[in-house]
Amino acid sequence: MKARISLLLGSLSAALIAFALASPRVVAADKVDPVADAKAFQNFFFQKFPTVKHEDFVNGPYSVNEDMKRQWKEKEEFPPYEFALDAGKEMFSTPFKNGKTYADCFPNGGIGIRQDYPYFDTREGKVVTLELALNRCREANGEAPYSYVKDEMASLTAYMAFTSRGKPMNIKIPDDPRALEAFENGKRYFYSRRGQMNFSCASCHVQSPGERIRAETLAPALGILNAMPIYRSEWAGMGTTSRRFVTCNSQTRAVPLEPQADEYRDVEYFLSYVANGLPISGPGARP
Amino acid sequence: MSTTMSAAMKRTLAISMLLVASFALSPARAATEADYKAAYATADAAAKEAAGLRNQWTVTVTALAAAKKAADGGDFDRATAAANEAEALARASIFQAYSEKEAWKAMEIR
Repeated sequence: MKARISLLLGSLSAALIAFALASPRVVAADKVDPVADAKAFQNFFFQKFPTVKHEDFVNGPYSVNEDMKRQWKEKEEFPPYEFALDAGKEMFSTPFKNGKTYADCFPNGGIGIRQDYPYFDTREGKVVTLELALNRCREANGEAPYSYVKDEMASLTAYMAFTSRGKPMNIKIPDDPRALEAFENGKRYFYSRRGQMNFSCASCHVQSPGERIRAETLAPALGILNAMPIYRSEWAGMGTTSRRFVTCNSQTRAVPLEPQADEYRDVEYFLSYVANGLPISGPGARP
Repeated sequence: MSTTMSAAMKRTLAISMLLVASFALSPARAATEADYKAAYATADAAAKEAAGLRNQWTVTVTALAAAKKAADGGDFDRATAAANEAEALARASIFQAYSEKEAWKAMEIR
Protein backbone atom coordinates (compact mmCIF):
# COMPACT_ATOMS: atom_id res chain seq x y z
CA MET A 1 0.00 0.00 0.00
CA LYS A 2 2.81 2.37 1.00
CA ALA A 3 4.65 1.57 -2.22
CA ARG A 4 1.52 2.39 -4.24
CA ILE A 5 1.07 5.74 -2.47
CA SER A 6 4.74 6.56 -3.01
CA LEU A 7 4.44 5.69 -6.68
CA LEU A 8 1.31 7.84 -7.01
CA LEU A 9 2.92 10.80 -5.23
CA GLY A 10 6.06 10.38 -7.30
CA SER A 11 4.09 10.38 -10.56
CA LEU A 12 2.11 13.42 -9.44
CA SER A 13 5.31 15.29 -8.58
CA ALA A 14 6.85 14.38 -11.92
CA ALA A 15 3.74 15.56 -13.73
CA LEU A 16 3.74 18.84 -11.81
CA ILE A 17 7.43 19.42 -12.57
CA ALA A 18 6.85 18.64 -16.25
CA PHE A 19 3.87 21.05 -16.31
CA ALA A 20 5.89 23.77 -14.58
CA LEU A 21 8.71 23.37 -17.10
CA ALA A 22 6.37 23.33 -20.08
CA SER A 23 4.18 26.28 -19.02
CA PRO A 24 6.63 29.12 -19.64
CA ARG A 25 7.07 27.89 -23.19
CA VAL A 26 3.32 28.03 -23.78
CA VAL A 27 3.21 31.58 -22.42
CA ALA A 28 6.25 32.53 -24.51
CA ALA A 29 4.58 31.28 -27.68
CA ASP A 30 1.59 33.60 -27.06
CA LYS A 31 3.70 36.56 -25.93
CA VAL A 32 3.33 39.67 -28.06
CA ASP A 33 6.68 40.24 -29.75
CA PRO A 34 6.43 42.98 -32.38
CA VAL A 35 10.14 42.80 -33.25
CA ALA A 36 9.91 39.08 -34.06
CA ASP A 37 6.62 39.63 -35.89
CA ALA A 38 8.10 42.38 -38.08
CA LYS A 39 11.14 40.26 -38.88
CA ALA A 40 9.00 37.25 -39.82
CA PHE A 41 6.63 39.44 -41.84
CA GLN A 42 9.42 41.03 -43.86
CA ASN A 43 11.25 37.73 -44.38
CA PHE A 44 8.07 36.13 -45.70
CA PHE A 45 7.86 38.67 -48.53
CA PHE A 46 11.60 38.80 -49.15
CA GLN A 47 11.60 35.03 -49.62
CA LYS A 48 8.37 34.96 -51.64
CA PHE A 49 9.75 37.55 -54.05
CA PRO A 50 13.54 37.08 -53.93
CA THR A 51 14.22 39.27 -56.98
CA VAL A 52 12.31 42.30 -55.68
CA LYS A 53 14.49 44.96 -54.07
CA HIS A 54 13.36 45.42 -50.48
CA GLU A 55 12.63 49.11 -50.84
CA ASP A 56 10.49 48.35 -53.91
CA PHE A 57 7.74 46.68 -51.89
CA VAL A 58 6.36 50.13 -51.08
CA ASN A 59 5.28 50.41 -54.70
CA GLY A 60 2.52 47.86 -54.29
CA PRO A 61 1.58 45.77 -57.33
CA TYR A 62 4.29 47.44 -59.43
CA SER A 63 6.94 45.76 -57.30
CA VAL A 64 5.79 42.32 -58.41
CA ASN A 65 4.61 42.96 -61.99
CA GLU A 66 7.09 44.25 -64.55
CA ASP A 67 4.51 45.32 -67.15
CA MET A 68 2.60 47.38 -64.62
CA LYS A 69 5.83 48.83 -63.31
CA ARG A 70 6.81 50.14 -66.76
CA GLN A 71 3.42 51.77 -67.26
CA TRP A 72 3.50 53.28 -63.77
CA LYS A 73 6.95 54.78 -64.32
CA GLU A 74 5.68 56.52 -67.43
CA LYS A 75 2.63 57.76 -65.54
CA GLU A 76 4.88 59.15 -62.81
CA GLU A 77 6.12 61.79 -65.28
CA PHE A 78 2.69 63.45 -64.95
CA PRO A 79 1.34 61.73 -61.86
CA PRO A 80 -2.42 61.77 -61.29
CA TYR A 81 -1.97 62.84 -57.65
CA GLU A 82 -0.23 66.06 -58.63
CA PHE A 83 -3.32 68.27 -58.30
CA ALA A 84 -4.00 66.92 -54.81
CA LEU A 85 -0.37 67.47 -53.89
CA ASP A 86 -0.48 71.11 -54.97
CA ALA A 87 -3.80 71.64 -53.20
CA GLY A 88 -2.44 70.01 -50.05
CA LYS A 89 0.63 72.24 -50.03
CA GLU A 90 -1.52 75.33 -50.29
CA MET A 91 -3.96 74.13 -47.63
CA PHE A 92 -1.12 73.26 -45.31
CA SER A 93 0.29 76.76 -45.35
CA THR A 94 -3.04 78.63 -45.34
CA PRO A 95 -3.75 79.95 -41.82
CA PHE A 96 -6.91 78.97 -39.94
CA LYS A 97 -9.33 81.73 -38.94
CA ASN A 98 -7.35 82.15 -35.72
CA GLY A 99 -4.13 82.78 -37.64
CA LYS A 100 -2.46 79.49 -36.76
CA THR A 101 -1.58 76.77 -39.27
CA TYR A 102 -1.16 72.99 -39.32
CA ALA A 103 2.54 73.54 -38.71
CA ASP A 104 1.70 74.70 -35.18
CA CYS A 105 0.20 71.28 -34.35
CA PHE A 106 3.07 69.04 -35.41
CA PRO A 107 6.71 68.46 -34.56
CA ASN A 108 9.13 70.03 -37.06
CA GLY A 109 6.27 72.14 -38.39
CA GLY A 110 4.72 69.00 -39.91
CA ILE A 111 7.45 68.65 -42.53
CA GLY A 112 9.12 65.25 -43.03
CA ILE A 113 7.25 63.51 -40.21
CA ARG A 114 4.91 61.14 -42.07
CA GLN A 115 7.16 58.16 -41.27
CA ASP A 116 6.42 58.57 -37.54
CA TYR A 117 2.66 58.02 -37.98
CA PRO A 118 0.67 56.34 -36.58
CA TYR A 119 2.05 56.58 -33.07
CA PHE A 120 0.79 55.28 -29.76
CA ASP A 121 -0.31 58.10 -27.47
CA THR A 122 0.43 56.95 -23.93
CA ARG A 123 -1.79 59.69 -22.43
CA GLU A 124 -4.82 58.68 -24.46
CA GLY A 125 -3.91 54.99 -24.44
CA LYS A 126 -4.71 54.71 -28.14
CA VAL A 127 -3.16 54.81 -31.60
CA VAL A 128 -3.17 58.23 -33.26
CA THR A 129 -3.02 58.29 -37.04
CA LEU A 130 -1.92 61.22 -39.18
CA GLU A 131 -5.47 61.72 -40.42
CA LEU A 132 -6.78 61.80 -36.86
CA ALA A 133 -4.03 64.22 -35.79
CA LEU A 134 -4.90 66.53 -38.68
CA ASN A 135 -8.58 66.67 -37.77
CA ARG A 136 -7.74 67.16 -34.11
CA CYS A 137 -5.52 70.05 -35.16
CA ARG A 138 -8.40 71.56 -37.09
CA GLU A 139 -10.86 71.16 -34.24
CA ALA A 140 -8.38 72.56 -31.70
CA ASN A 141 -8.18 75.65 -33.90
CA GLY A 142 -11.91 76.09 -34.27
CA GLU A 143 -12.24 74.49 -37.71
CA ALA A 144 -14.67 71.76 -38.76
CA PRO A 145 -13.08 68.33 -39.28
CA TYR A 146 -12.63 67.00 -42.80
CA SER A 147 -13.99 63.73 -44.19
CA TYR A 148 -11.49 61.01 -43.36
CA VAL A 149 -11.74 59.26 -46.68
CA LYS A 150 -10.93 61.68 -49.49
CA ASP A 151 -10.66 65.19 -50.91
CA GLU A 152 -9.10 67.64 -48.46
CA MET A 153 -7.79 64.97 -46.07
CA ALA A 154 -6.17 63.10 -48.97
CA SER A 155 -4.62 66.33 -50.25
CA LEU A 156 -3.18 67.25 -46.86
CA THR A 157 -1.75 63.80 -46.22
CA ALA A 158 -0.43 63.68 -49.80
CA TYR A 159 1.62 66.81 -49.15
CA MET A 160 2.85 65.58 -45.78
CA ALA A 161 3.81 62.20 -47.26
CA PHE A 162 5.63 63.94 -50.10
CA THR A 163 7.80 65.83 -47.62
CA SER A 164 8.80 62.45 -46.13
CA ARG A 165 9.50 60.59 -49.36
CA GLY A 166 12.44 58.25 -48.99
CA LYS A 167 12.48 58.42 -45.20
CA PRO A 168 12.23 54.98 -43.59
CA MET A 169 9.02 54.12 -41.75
CA ASN A 170 9.78 54.60 -38.09
CA ILE A 171 6.90 53.38 -35.94
CA LYS A 172 7.60 52.94 -32.26
CA ILE A 173 5.91 50.73 -29.72
CA PRO A 174 6.39 52.29 -26.30
CA ASP A 175 6.90 50.22 -23.17
CA ASP A 176 3.20 50.21 -22.40
CA PRO A 177 1.00 47.10 -22.32
CA ARG A 178 -1.77 49.05 -24.05
CA ALA A 179 0.53 49.70 -27.02
CA LEU A 180 1.32 46.00 -27.28
CA GLU A 181 -2.39 45.27 -27.06
CA ALA A 182 -3.09 47.74 -29.87
CA PHE A 183 -0.42 46.06 -32.01
CA GLU A 184 -1.87 42.62 -31.27
CA ASN A 185 -5.42 43.82 -31.97
CA GLY A 186 -4.25 45.22 -35.29
CA LYS A 187 -2.58 41.94 -36.14
CA ARG A 188 -5.73 40.00 -35.26
CA TYR A 189 -7.84 42.33 -37.40
CA PHE A 190 -5.44 41.90 -40.32
CA TYR A 191 -5.64 38.10 -40.25
CA SER A 192 -9.33 37.68 -39.33
CA ARG A 193 -11.73 36.65 -42.05
CA ARG A 194 -14.83 38.77 -42.46
CA GLY A 195 -17.73 39.43 -44.80
CA GLN A 196 -19.76 36.95 -46.82
CA MET A 197 -16.68 36.33 -49.00
CA ASN A 198 -14.88 35.09 -45.88
CA PHE A 199 -11.72 37.04 -46.74
CA SER A 200 -9.18 38.55 -44.40
CA CYS A 201 -6.77 41.32 -45.39
CA ALA A 202 -4.16 38.55 -45.51
CA SER A 203 -6.21 36.40 -47.91
CA CYS A 204 -5.35 38.88 -50.66
CA HIS A 205 -2.22 40.66 -49.51
CA VAL A 206 -0.29 37.78 -47.90
CA GLN A 207 -1.56 34.67 -49.64
CA SER A 208 -1.98 36.11 -53.13
CA PRO A 209 0.16 39.21 -53.86
CA GLY A 210 0.99 39.45 -57.55
CA GLU A 211 -2.06 37.32 -58.42
CA ARG A 212 -5.13 38.75 -60.04
CA ILE A 213 -8.51 39.05 -58.42
CA ARG A 214 -10.79 39.89 -61.33
CA ALA A 215 -9.02 42.81 -63.06
CA GLU A 216 -6.82 43.82 -60.13
CA THR A 217 -3.28 42.73 -59.38
CA LEU A 218 -2.99 42.34 -55.63
CA ALA A 219 -0.33 44.30 -53.77
CA PRO A 220 1.92 42.71 -51.15
CA ALA A 221 0.97 43.67 -47.59
CA LEU A 222 4.54 44.65 -46.85
CA GLY A 223 4.88 48.42 -47.25
CA ILE A 224 1.31 48.76 -48.47
CA LEU A 225 0.67 51.87 -46.33
CA ASN A 226 3.98 53.57 -47.18
CA ALA A 227 2.41 54.83 -50.41
CA MET A 228 -0.68 56.35 -48.77
CA PRO A 229 -2.61 58.37 -49.72
CA ILE A 230 -3.12 57.15 -53.27
CA TYR A 231 -4.78 58.21 -56.46
CA ARG A 232 -6.79 55.22 -57.65
CA SER A 233 -8.02 55.11 -61.21
CA GLU A 234 -10.85 52.88 -59.95
CA TRP A 235 -11.94 55.69 -57.62
CA ALA A 236 -11.20 58.38 -60.19
CA GLY A 237 -9.68 60.32 -57.34
CA MET A 238 -7.59 60.35 -54.22
CA GLY A 239 -8.18 58.19 -51.18
CA THR A 240 -6.74 57.96 -47.70
CA THR A 241 -5.74 54.96 -45.63
CA SER A 242 -9.23 55.09 -44.10
CA ARG A 243 -10.77 54.87 -47.55
CA ARG A 244 -8.60 51.87 -48.38
CA PHE A 245 -9.76 49.97 -45.28
CA VAL A 246 -13.41 50.88 -45.84
CA THR A 247 -13.38 49.73 -49.48
CA CYS A 248 -11.49 46.52 -48.64
CA ASN A 249 -14.19 45.66 -46.11
CA SER A 250 -16.97 46.41 -48.60
CA GLN A 251 -15.33 44.21 -51.22
CA THR A 252 -15.54 41.24 -48.85
CA ARG A 253 -19.21 42.14 -48.25
CA ALA A 254 -18.53 43.21 -44.68
CA VAL A 255 -20.15 46.39 -43.42
CA PRO A 256 -17.20 48.77 -43.03
CA LEU A 257 -16.46 50.28 -39.65
CA GLU A 258 -16.51 54.01 -39.16
CA PRO A 259 -13.29 55.64 -40.43
CA GLN A 260 -10.77 55.92 -37.60
CA ALA A 261 -12.51 53.18 -35.60
CA ASP A 262 -10.16 51.64 -33.04
CA GLU A 263 -9.82 48.53 -35.20
CA TYR A 264 -8.68 50.55 -38.23
CA ARG A 265 -6.27 52.58 -36.11
CA ASP A 266 -4.81 49.38 -34.69
CA VAL A 267 -4.44 47.63 -38.04
CA GLU A 268 -2.71 50.73 -39.40
CA TYR A 269 -0.36 50.59 -36.42
CA PHE A 270 0.41 46.91 -37.06
CA LEU A 271 0.91 47.26 -40.82
CA SER A 272 3.07 50.36 -40.45
CA TYR A 273 5.21 48.82 -37.73
CA VAL A 274 5.97 45.68 -39.73
CA ALA A 275 7.06 47.95 -42.62
CA ASN A 276 9.59 49.77 -40.43
CA GLY A 277 12.76 50.56 -42.37
CA LEU A 278 11.03 50.70 -45.76
CA PRO A 279 10.82 54.15 -47.35
CA ILE A 280 7.77 56.38 -47.52
CA SER A 281 6.67 56.55 -51.17
CA GLY A 282 3.40 58.44 -50.87
CA PRO A 283 1.47 59.87 -52.43
CA GLY A 284 1.03 56.90 -54.73
CA ALA A 285 -0.92 56.04 -57.85
CA ARG A 286 -2.72 52.76 -58.33
CA PRO A 287 -4.94 51.31 -61.07
CA MET B 1 -42.67 -15.77 -57.09
CA SER B 2 -45.19 -13.83 -59.13
CA THR B 3 -43.99 -10.82 -61.14
CA THR B 4 -47.43 -9.22 -61.10
CA MET B 5 -48.32 -6.74 -58.40
CA SER B 6 -50.29 -8.06 -55.48
CA ALA B 7 -53.58 -6.37 -54.61
CA ALA B 8 -52.04 -4.95 -51.41
CA MET B 9 -49.14 -3.40 -53.32
CA LYS B 10 -51.53 -1.88 -55.84
CA ARG B 11 -53.59 -0.40 -53.06
CA THR B 12 -50.51 1.08 -51.35
CA LEU B 13 -49.27 2.57 -54.61
CA ALA B 14 -52.63 4.14 -55.35
CA ILE B 15 -52.84 5.70 -51.90
CA SER B 16 -49.26 7.02 -52.19
CA MET B 17 -50.00 8.56 -55.57
CA LEU B 18 -53.12 10.18 -54.20
CA LEU B 19 -51.20 11.60 -51.27
CA VAL B 20 -48.42 12.97 -53.50
CA ALA B 21 -50.99 14.46 -55.85
CA SER B 22 -52.89 16.10 -53.02
CA PHE B 23 -49.70 17.73 -51.71
CA ALA B 24 -48.53 18.76 -55.15
CA LEU B 25 -51.82 20.23 -56.26
CA SER B 26 -52.84 22.00 -53.08
CA PRO B 27 -51.57 25.59 -53.06
CA ALA B 28 -48.85 26.36 -50.43
CA ARG B 29 -50.16 28.46 -47.58
CA ALA B 30 -49.42 32.11 -48.28
CA ALA B 31 -47.33 33.89 -45.64
CA THR B 32 -49.28 36.30 -43.49
CA GLU B 33 -48.23 39.62 -42.05
CA ALA B 34 -47.80 37.86 -38.71
CA ASP B 35 -45.41 35.34 -40.34
CA TYR B 36 -43.39 38.20 -41.79
CA LYS B 37 -43.29 40.12 -38.52
CA ALA B 38 -42.07 37.07 -36.61
CA ALA B 39 -39.43 36.27 -39.24
CA TYR B 40 -38.29 39.90 -39.40
CA ALA B 41 -38.01 40.23 -35.63
CA THR B 42 -35.84 37.10 -35.45
CA ALA B 43 -33.65 38.26 -38.34
CA ASP B 44 -33.34 41.76 -36.91
CA ALA B 45 -32.24 40.40 -33.53
CA ALA B 46 -29.59 38.21 -35.19
CA ALA B 47 -28.39 41.15 -37.31
CA LYS B 48 -28.11 43.32 -34.20
CA GLU B 49 -26.04 40.61 -32.51
CA ALA B 50 -23.70 40.49 -35.55
CA ALA B 51 -23.38 44.29 -35.49
CA GLY B 52 -22.55 44.13 -31.79
CA LEU B 53 -19.73 41.76 -32.67
CA ARG B 54 -18.49 44.32 -35.24
CA ASN B 55 -19.06 41.72 -37.93
CA GLN B 56 -22.13 42.74 -39.89
CA TRP B 57 -22.36 41.62 -43.53
CA THR B 58 -23.60 43.96 -46.25
CA VAL B 59 -25.83 41.20 -47.65
CA THR B 60 -27.65 40.86 -44.32
CA VAL B 61 -28.51 44.55 -44.37
CA THR B 62 -29.63 44.27 -47.99
CA ALA B 63 -31.84 41.23 -47.26
CA LEU B 64 -33.44 42.99 -44.28
CA ALA B 65 -34.17 46.06 -46.41
CA ALA B 66 -35.64 43.85 -49.15
CA ALA B 67 -37.89 42.16 -46.57
CA LYS B 68 -39.17 45.50 -45.34
CA LYS B 69 -39.74 46.80 -48.85
CA ALA B 70 -41.71 43.68 -49.86
CA ALA B 71 -43.79 43.90 -46.68
CA ASP B 72 -44.54 47.57 -47.33
CA GLY B 73 -45.84 46.49 -50.75
CA GLY B 74 -48.02 43.81 -49.16
CA ASP B 75 -46.01 40.87 -50.55
CA PHE B 76 -45.61 38.85 -47.36
CA ASP B 77 -44.38 35.72 -49.14
CA ARG B 78 -41.40 37.57 -50.51
CA ALA B 79 -40.98 39.58 -47.31
CA THR B 80 -40.89 36.45 -45.14
CA ALA B 81 -38.46 34.70 -47.50
CA ALA B 82 -36.13 37.72 -47.45
CA ALA B 83 -36.33 37.94 -43.66
CA ASN B 84 -35.45 34.25 -43.37
CA GLU B 85 -32.51 34.78 -45.70
CA ALA B 86 -31.36 37.75 -43.61
CA GLU B 87 -31.51 35.62 -40.49
CA ALA B 88 -29.43 32.85 -42.11
CA LEU B 89 -26.83 35.40 -43.24
CA ALA B 90 -26.70 37.05 -39.83
CA ARG B 91 -26.25 33.69 -38.12
CA ALA B 92 -23.39 32.85 -40.51
CA SER B 93 -21.68 36.16 -39.70
CA ILE B 94 -22.07 35.50 -35.96
CA PHE B 95 -20.51 32.07 -36.42
CA GLN B 96 -17.66 33.68 -38.37
CA ALA B 97 -17.05 36.26 -35.66
CA TYR B 98 -16.76 33.60 -32.96
CA SER B 99 -14.74 31.10 -34.99
CA GLU B 100 -12.26 33.77 -36.09
CA LYS B 101 -11.42 34.57 -32.48
CA GLU B 102 -9.01 31.64 -32.71
CA ALA B 103 -8.98 30.70 -36.39
CA TRP B 104 -7.09 33.85 -37.47
CA LYS B 105 -3.92 32.43 -35.98
CA ALA B 106 -3.79 29.77 -38.68
CA MET B 107 -3.06 32.46 -41.26
CA GLU B 108 -0.47 34.36 -39.24
CA ILE B 109 3.07 34.73 -40.59
CA ARG B 110 5.41 33.42 -37.89
